[in-house]
Amino acid sequence: MTAVSVPIEHVLILACVLFAIGLTGVLVRRNVIFLLMSLEIMMNACGLAFIAGGARWAEADGQIMYMLVLSLAAAEVAVGLGLVLQLQRRFDHLDIDAASELAG
Amino acid sequence: MTMEVVLFYVAALVSMSSTVLVITRTNATHALIYLIISLLAVAVIFFLLGAPFAAALEVVIYAGAIMVLFLFVVMMLNLGRGSVEQENRWLKPSMWVGPAILTLILLLELIYLIAGSSVTTSGVPVSPKTVGVELFGPYLLAVELASILLLAALVGSYHLGRRYMSARREEID
Repeated sequence: MTAVSVPIEHVLILACVLFAIGLTGVLVRRNVIFLLMSLEIMMNACGLAFIAGGARWAEADGQIMYMLVLSLAAAEVAVGLGLVLQLQRRFDHLDIDAASELAG
Repeated sequence: MTMEVVLFYVAALVSMSSTVLVITRTNATHALIYLIISLLAVAVIFFLLGAPFAAALEVVIYAGAIMVLFLFVVMMLNLGRGSVEQENRWLKPSMWVGPAILTLILLLELIYLIAGSSVTTSGVPVSPKTVGVELFGPYLLAVELASILLLAALVGSYHLGRRYMSARREEID
């Protein structure tokens, strides 16, 4: 089992780029499925930053925080996809603007 | 520069380019496949950084379970050709140029703040055994809280999906 020694700023910049792409996706797309995918990208970027921190000091804490982020992502996606099904049933399309009428 | 360092930069390039492709697709299934590629590339990066357990979780849970959940929902919604045309209408340059420029500015600021340190990662792998000992030692409360969060998500998604499924069943009958 090997591990590389790369500058940590490169890993963090990769995490920032992935996060920015996900943020652009959230801002630009109107389809709820794509919004959820962009949120997944952003959470994955956060996990990458945690792993980078763990790799910097060779500690397990980074991986543990990554697992907590992972369980958060799983919980978020389960509820989010349930909302997608409701949206499709009530409005027959997946435009996020329709969610403003989802009261009650 | 050793072979592994080259692998890191190659995986980083693959993950960035496939992530850009995810948010520019109009077909949800194609976007999902690109997202799976991006997650697998990130899993390679985790492995190279010395986190083999996190890499395995990335493949099994992210690229496996969560993406399959997405795929099931996309198949259930049965999005046809009409939805692709609608996405094309929504993805006009006037829609995405503004937000893209604003996030680019924020990203450049972040990179400016991060760049300049000469710290490297340790190059020492952290074995799954160490992670498990830590997880069920000092982090036991966090594990319990995560299990409660997952239980709440289970109940919530069952409640949200139940009425949809019963409505679908009536349509079929």
